[in-house]
Amino acid sequence: MAHLKESLLELIKRTSSEIPEDVHRAILRSLENEKKGSIAESTFKIIEQNIELAKQKTQPICQDTGSIIFYVEGPIGLDQLEFREIAEQAVRESTQKGHLRQNSVDSLTGVNDGTNVGKGFPTIHFHQSREKVTRVQLILKGGGCENVGAQYSLPNPKLKANRDLDGCRKVILDAVYQAQGKGCGPGILGVCIGGDRTTGYEFSKEQFLRKMEDRNSIEELNQLEQDICSTANKLGIGPMGFGGKTTLLGVKICAANRLPASFFVSISYMCWAFRRQGVSLNEDRTISSWLY
Amino acid sequence: MQSLTTPIDESSIRSLKVGDTVELTGIIFTGRDVVHKYLHEGGKLPPEVNLKNGVIYHCGPVVIRDENDQWKVTAAGPTTSIREEPYQWQIIRDFGIRAIIGKGGMGNRTLQACREYGCVYLHGVGGAAQVLAERIEKVRNVYMLEQFGSPEAIWEFDVIRFPAVVTMDSHGNSLHDEIQASSRAILDQNL
Repeated sequence: MAHLKESLLELIKRTSSEIPEDVHRAILRSLENEKKGSIAESTFKIIEQNIELAKQKTQPICQDTGSIIFYVEGPIGLDQLEFREIAEQAVRESTQKGHLRQNSVDSLTGVNDGTNVGKGFPTIHFHQSREKVTRVQLILKGGGCENVGAQYSLPNPKLKANRDLDGCRKVILDAVYQAQGKGCGPGILGVCIGGDRTTGYEFSKEQFLRKMEDRNSIEELNQLEQDICSTANKLGIGPMGFGGKTTLLGVKICAANRLPASFFVSISYMCWAFRRQGVSLNEDRTISSWLY
Repeated sequence: MQSLTTPIDESSIRSLKVGDTVELTGIIFTGRDVVHKYLHEGGKLPPEVNLKNGVIYHCGPVVIRDENDQWKVTAAGPTTSIREEPYQWQIIRDFGIRAIIGKGGMGNRTLQACREYGCVYLHGVGGAAQVLAERIEKVRNVYMLEQFGSPEAIWEFDVIRFPAVVTMDSHGNSLHDEIQASSRAILDQNL
């Protein structure tokens, strides 16, 4: 595990301070699309300035550096206990340096010990692979957008949503409407149709690992993604809820098996300050390449 | 573009309308979840924290000690304001604040208090922590840091030309209510 800590420090620093290129492209397209002289356009300009400034100064894009969620895919034999220890150390050091805010609070005592390490902090999802290479992806997800996530149980009579794709469409659009600008829109949705109350949200967040330009290989879901995005952008909620043409930058949907008795639709909302990065590691755990 | 300078008098606040863009210069105090609940429950402010005709900023900044052992703000955008809705009206009434800076907007009780006591809600760009940190000239002081932890503490900042949009004015208007109603109507046509 030599060099792992340095690699993770680098990953955290870059994730916190640089928007991935695919997301940046989507933001620039939306900026062009907004009406000249509108509040929406000036908001996008501030967003764009902020992206450039954070990168130039290597400082957090947003002060809420969020839940720290690692996805680790490694070969059989990867020592997960050691990985966790080193990741926790990297998180502590990144917090001292100000790449992460002191962002983890004891829910019973209200005490923030300033380390960002505790139960559930950071979260690390391990997956085994038959390949030799280890890949580490990281998402930093702020509280404002996490708070507007929603989980619906179908059928939902109030929304006239049945257990079919049209029902899914209705509840997803309801989540966009309910969120208004509160999740720091324009947002990106990660959705899971099916699963249980835990896995539904877990899979919905994994959708954020897909690139913005990526198209769903399942045709029904591809159509639903495009439809939700274009319909949401007719609503006029706009960046920050100020009004405008861009309410969502993208939608990513997956499906998971469910119990016959359950039909959940779990929706995670990501703010425009979409912090996601990843690295492939060499055998000595130095960084061999960046994934986004 | 309208310029505001602290302390702010009531007539400047009354002249602002929903949709106006403003730039704020002067002293602002941060206050978020813990501070609002604390004040609502009768907690006392340190004597140096004077909110009269002042500004409260819903923000939990990233602040570090620099090489000269001075506070340095490295990120400072607004946090979601609606969590303070149960408390904000009372704080407007009791402390005489003239502007709230936050994001996402607030509800009816806050809107009514803005009308009654002469206060506005200024919406910053959420997530724009670097652009907004650049407008903080100086950390003047910090209060209740040990007690509340860094993001929840009361930070006193000097700001210069801090940009925001008036989304709730002192005449009972809320851009958030307008957008919610219009987006509802369009959504109903598209279901």
